[in-house]
Amino acid sequence: MLKVEEQQPVEFSSALIEKFDELVKRYPEGKQKSALLPILHEVQAELGWLSPAAMDKVAAYLDIQDIEVYEVASFYSMYFLKPQGKYVLEVCRTGPCCLVGAEKLMGHIEAKLGVKENQVTEDGLFSWRGVECLAACGYGPVLQIGPEYTFYENLNEQKVDELIEDLRKK
Amino acid sequence: MGRKLLLEHINVPGINTLDVYRQKGGYRAVEKALKTLTPDEVVEEVKKSGLRGRGGAGFPTGMKWSFLAKPEGVARYLVCNADESEPGTFKDRYLMTHIPHALIEGMIVSSFALGAKTSYIYVRGEMMPQIRILERAIAEAKNAGFLGKNILGSGYDLELYVQPGGGAYICGEETALLESLEGKRGNPRIKPPFPAIAGLYGCPTVVNNVESIAAVVPIINDGGDEYAKVGIGRSTGTKLISASGNLVRPGVYEIELGLPVEEFIYSDEWCGGIANGKRLKATVAGGSSVPILPANLTLKLANGEPRLMSYESLSEGGFATGSMMGSGGFIAFDEDQCIVRNTWNFSRFYHHESCGQCSPCREGTGWMEKVLHRLEYGHGKMSDIDLLVDVSKKIEGNTICPLGDAAAWPVASAIRHFRDEFEWHVNEPVKSLSTNYGLANYAEPIAKAVTVEN
Repeated sequence: MLKVEEQQPVEFSSALIEKFDELVKRYPEGKQKSALLPILHEVQAELGWLSPAAMDKVAAYLDIQDIEVYEVASFYSMYFLKPQGKYVLEVCRTGPCCLVGAEKLMGHIEAKLGVKENQVTEDGLFSWRGVECLAACGYGPVLQIGPEYTFYENLNEQKVDELIEDLRKK
Repeated sequence: MGRKLLLEHINVPGINTLDVYRQKGGYRAVEKALKTLTPDEVVEEVKKSGLRGRGGAGFPTGMKWSFLAKPEGVARYLVCNADESEPGTFKDRYLMTHIPHALIEGMIVSSFALGAKTSYIYVRGEMMPQIRILERAIAEAKNAGFLGKNILGSGYDLELYVQPGGGAYICGEETALLESLEGKRGNPRIKPPFPAIAGLYGCPTVVNNVESIAAVVPIINDGGDEYAKVGIGRSTGTKLISASGNLVRPGVYEIELGLPVEEFIYSDEWCGGIANGKRLKATVAGGSSVPILPANLTLKLANGEPRLMSYESLSEGGFATGSMMGSGGFIAFDEDQCIVRNTWNFSRFYHHESCGQCSPCREGTGWMEKVLHRLEYGHGKMSDIDLLVDVSKKIEGNTICPLGDAAAWPVASAIRHFRDEFEWHVNEPVKSLSTNYGLANYAEPIAKAVTVEN
């Protein structure tokens, strides 16, 4: 069963639709489905996650079946199919980052935020998760925060604490 | 200092802008190619250069280009693979961040050579900052007349777009990348047909790595013959190496192929040695998919000669005593690192990233992760070690795309070279939770190295 907030109808702003229109122009006629991944990024940046209603609207816009959107959104790791915290701290958990302390850092983030991986803090501000290699192995540990995917390198506990405090004040 | 062909001007302030890039000789290759060369002549120069694909496979770029089908009236595409996701590899991020016009210039020359009128740079979605950098650079290039209609009055038209991925390692495989660019799940295609015949939208397509495309610029500027003089043997030119792990100075380095591995690790010009005064235990020389080697076999071949950073030397000895150049993701492990834990970590990665099409990979990567997890956490049995080898052998070669091999090799090679460390985990289930096996004999002279293929 979907929760109430997961069933909310969504409206796409005209600015968002304009972005879609620009994206679709990049591909040959009839190949508008190519715009699906970039469009899903735009929708997620605006709404924070991809609700079934939002995905259905994308399908209608691109003139494809709903299932074609669901199967893509569920395949790729960047798309959120559940509401998240306002800031999602995505920490690289793959080999090279672990050689320089990523696992310890994730433990610290869990303690600092007081929530387990993929859970949202009570104030709705934060969630966090381990993600696979972010291709910044020489600068580890690293984390990123969407929707801009701002990147933070050479992290330690103190730097993460400062980052979380800064985000709280925003 | 070795020669720098890609990163010579990387430290020039403003080199990410078109103006400064041009002051430093940028876009000369576009002028030369479009004004003085035919597309076939550009392909010929790239063939002469001996350039090999920098994404991991090492296939000669010029030859790949020459396979492109050219039926009348059918569009052809060049797609740049910037889905950099191989653990240990971050050179393309570096290049796109700091000198984006090197990639744009390479895309223009390469698209011209292949007769592509529309080209795409497929960048992994997590690299949104780099996507913004590239889009700004493309706008600059278009304003300056290097993109769009009738470029430099040559009659050649080209539109260049940046496409974001959605977060999936598998999209670095070229046919999965094309599926993704078509707005689908990243499931690799069965080959043949190869993309050169039926790629994007069923049209003839070439997919090249960022670094390969950028290398076309110096090849056209100086000529393929000049490029081929750099490097050693069939490993021509320079290579970007992403150095990570327990090194004094991790980072991206442009090396002339043929540099001794020992010099690369220990010289102050490069990585500066192992961090915190520790000793080297092992390396993964070309990204997580290539076989791991103990310190002794990293620095020397089985016959005692120095191992070099080249395609041939890194793979010397086959899988018994060698590894591979791969993507140039060079990961160094110090004496405190646990090989079992790292192998488990890599297996989790491949399990997570398997697209799920082929049973051996979908199921096998999960089994390997599970077995390695119990070995690492003190619940392993001695028979688990051979079970891992058995599973890895049943994945290898039995899948549509190379992800299966990439998942199998790290496990098989870790057991081949570090079997006693795995056995220690079984024999010392409690102790192994709080301490590490340490350096053991992994840096001892070669005589002790395992030479039997398992």
